[in-house]
Amino acid sequence: MERPVKLDCRGVWKIYGSDPKAFLARHGGAPTAEDLAAERMTGAVRDASVQICEGEIFVIMGLSGSGKSTLVRCLSRLIEPTAGEIQFEGRNLLSMNEAELIEVRRKKMGMVFQHFALLPHLTVLQNAAFPLEVQGVDKKTREDRARQMIEIVGLVGREDHFPRQLSGGQQQRVGIARSLVADPDLWFLDEPFSALDPLIRREMQDEFMRLQAMLHKTIVFITHDFDEAIRLADRIAVMKDGVIEQIATPEELVRNPATSYVEDFTQHIPRAKVVKLRSVMAQGVPEGPYAGELPGSLTVAEAVDQVEAAPHPFKVLDEDGVAVGTIDGRTVVDVMIGRRS
Amino acid sequence: MSEALSRLTRWASLFWLGLFAITWALSTWSFDLYKALDARWIIRFPKKFELPLDKWISDAMSWLVEDATFGLFTFRDVTRFISALIEAPYDIVRSLLIDGFAVGQGQQAVQVAPSLSWIAVIGIILALAYHARRRNLVLLVGICFVYLAMFGQWDSAMITLASVLIAVPIGVAGGLALGIFAYRVPLAERMMRPVLDLMQTVPVFAYLVPILFLFGFGPVSALVATVVYAMPPMVRVSTVALQSVPQELIEAGRMVGCTQRQMMWKVLIPTAKPSLMVGVNQVIMLTLNMVIIASMIGAGGLGYDVLTALRRLDIGGGVEAGLAIVVMAIALDRLSQAFAVRRFDAPLNPSLPFHKRRPLLTGILLLVAVTTVAGLFVPPVHLYPEDLTITTGSFWTAAIEWINVNFFNTLEFIKTQLLTFLLVPIKKFFGGIPWIWGILVIGLAAGRVGGWKLGLLAAGLTLFVAASGLWGKAMTTVYLCATSVLIASIIGIPLGIWAGQSARANSVIGAFIDTLQTLPSFVYLIPVVMLFRVGDFSAMIAVVLYALAPAVRYAAHGIRSIDAELIEAGKVFGCTERQILWRIKLPLAAPSLLLGLNQTIMLAISMLVITALVGTRDLGQEVYIALTKANTGQGIVAGLAVAFIAIIADRIVTALARSSRERLGLK
Repeated sequence: MERPVKLDCRGVWKIYGSDPKAFLARHGGAPTAEDLAAERMTGAVRDASVQICEGEIFVIMGLSGSGKSTLVRCLSRLIEPTAGEIQFEGRNLLSMNEAELIEVRRKKMGMVFQHFALLPHLTVLQNAAFPLEVQGVDKKTREDRARQMIEIVGLVGREDHFPRQLSGGQQQRVGIARSLVADPDLWFLDEPFSALDPLIRREMQDEFMRLQAMLHKTIVFITHDFDEAIRLADRIAVMKDGVIEQIATPEELVRNPATSYVEDFTQHIPRAKVVKLRSVMAQGVPEGPYAGELPGSLTVAEAVDQVEAAPHPFKVLDEDGVAVGTIDGRTVVDVMIGRRS
Repeated sequence: MSEALSRLTRWASLFWLGLFAITWALSTWSFDLYKALDARWIIRFPKKFELPLDKWISDAMSWLVEDATFGLFTFRDVTRFISALIEAPYDIVRSLLIDGFAVGQGQQAVQVAPSLSWIAVIGIILALAYHARRRNLVLLVGICFVYLAMFGQWDSAMITLASVLIAVPIGVAGGLALGIFAYRVPLAERMMRPVLDLMQTVPVFAYLVPILFLFGFGPVSALVATVVYAMPPMVRVSTVALQSVPQELIEAGRMVGCTQRQMMWKVLIPTAKPSLMVGVNQVIMLTLNMVIIASMIGAGGLGYDVLTALRRLDIGGGVEAGLAIVVMAIALDRLSQAFAVRRFDAPLNPSLPFHKRRPLLTGILLLVAVTTVAGLFVPPVHLYPEDLTITTGSFWTAAIEWINVNFFNTLEFIKTQLLTFLLVPIKKFFGGIPWIWGILVIGLAAGRVGGWKLGLLAAGLTLFVAASGLWGKAMTTVYLCATSVLIASIIGIPLGIWAGQSARANSVIGAFIDTLQTLPSFVYLIPVVMLFRVGDFSAMIAVVLYALAPAVRYAAHGIRSIDAELIEAGKVFGCTERQILWRIKLPLAAPSLLLGLNQTIMLAISMLVITALVGTRDLGQEVYIALTKANTGQGIVAGLAVAFIAIIADRIVTALARSSRERLGLK
């Protein structure tokens, strides 16, 4: 399960105010919240370290003003961090000059924006082809490629529409097509579904999971919606006031919140939706009658109907298909209704 | 707490009341004071301390023109080079529109190609209107241009159009370039802002003087003046338009790896295009306005016709040429506005042959070719036949005469009443204020409204006016401006409130105001002079007409943009319509009203200078005299004085508007 690290960010600070570099140096590179307040500096990102692994969906979650957008802009160097190190595929992103940065962004990165950021004067097709146009790819090649992307995001037939003629969900599909057209390795999504209606948001989340199952990108996904984070993430970083409070899988977050802030968030999340069978099963497989076998990666919510209805417990399998534990109806119901035994 | 507050407000009103009382007393008795103390300096700035700034400027200009060199070439070479640069395209456009292309000079000139026929010109304009996707527009623009042909204004109109066609691209391109520069280099923006402020407040005539001096009398001078006048708003609009491109779009551009140039031309400018087109529309309208005024330094065309008619008091000719200007202004304004709101086109299908892909362009090219060839053999195709032109000159003369014969007493009565009870007392009040107190009171008032920095600035600028020996004329300007703004507000604000509350009133008033605003300032003088002859009263009427629009517009906007919930809340508590208006709408619209007042003052000042033509005795007259004598120093100093008055008024009213917005908790 160990994947190579794609984007490695260590000790990143972003401080706003007058001469933030000197301020940081004065406080030995680690000012406290009091130091910041005393000198009227804003610590948008404070000492953030994240390692994003190849092929994972890494969600940065936080409320507005928590610094999540600033952090993702530091990771893509849209904003210059005040201090810290960022390695992208082993190269130092912060020491790159403008030309190198342009090259990396053209070939390796894609980004989807909260308010879509489509160019109003270009059609859907032209918008989707825009990154390739900027690279100087000839018209035929780039439009063929853009058509492929439009097909993938399900907008065939609207190639010649202008953004203003599309619904929000459709516009964001164009945004997604555009961000993928240059086949990036690292895909940033900055609150991509926050501006959409709840129903459309859900549909787009499904669509996003479908795309990821197909494309296997390395993803940094920003959201303020904890439900969305839980649904999509392999791992979640929870941010508050510029500080990363905890980085963990959704299940760990719910089961072992590191701070009271994270706990506040997680306590309203139905545990059954995040807790996996392997975490609540009884260890070992004694002899006896079993109703069947279930993979340990299923969540309780996904398995509850089956388990609860059966007269006997189920065997729980690990990744290799070996039975490692058992689960019975009472245990799943306990998780479902939040009863702590 | 509330007691302290009420004491504070009482003190505040006491401050203003006291200030006014002292000013009034000093103004009334300043002359007696001077006689009693035998101190002439009370009413007149001492001669020996006057700044000889006008002389310095004139000397500097003479040196520039006569002696200045940059090593290889002289300053005069530079101005000649600029002249040539502008003259070449102007000649081409002018040949295209009216003169025809010729080879050789003077008597030996041989025509090699005719100008575009009137049919072709109208065809092109109509095609443009059609291209902008407006059916009604095609009709309107068509009527406008056919009018020009039928009423014998074609040649003059084409000369004016030629100037517009040259000045607009230069103004737009230059404004855009400077706007991009200001956008990219924040320092440049900060340095440009005061210069732009000054350029927009210096009266138009003051531009003409140094330009006349540098480039001489003729169309080139007029074009230079026009570009200088019309460019500043484009700079501002471009900067703001680029700055208001959403941050996300810029980030999107950076994330796909745009270079700086790609970012500008592929992301920023296309996205900002609708706003930029508003700037283009402004450049066109200002250009037309200035081209008309610049007829004084040789622009020719419609403005020249009006000017000569005014000088000869040829009523019919003046009205006719004036109407032609109106017609042209409306056509150009609506056309450029239509392009501003025009949606982006779907991409063309490249597989079609040219004439199918661009049928309109093909049609126009055909029309031009056919009429040009046919015009060689059938003259009426080329030039609108003279015996078919209609002249309304004698009709207008008769109409004005009829009004003057039948309503002379009424008009005269209104005029004398207003003069005796309004204009003269206000004039006396402002005219009597001793200059020292004037400086002090403006400094105090400005300081009270906007802090001590503003107070110092206002006092300093006023001191400049006094020290230039222009105190008396400046007070005349202030008096005329104050009276006009007062009347414009009395008429305009109620109209605006009405338009803000009733959609039907709005459609009528809005159309009326739109039209008023498109008219070049020159046009206002014509009917006013016809009816009231020359003098302060005529000037005031023209200024009121010209400055009415913002008062109406901002009042309507202020009323309309009040949160509907607040009005509903008022209704729920049982307010009558009148109570809603006075207790909810008006207080909330106050910031808007103040902004409207500010704009009204600015327009009034700019128009005031032009009314020098109808015989006022203010700073505008000073500039106008300087223009006729080509006295650069005098013109610039008087122009600066006008600009400073405008800047003081602008800063004070803006500060008022800001504090009232803050008080209401609007951002």
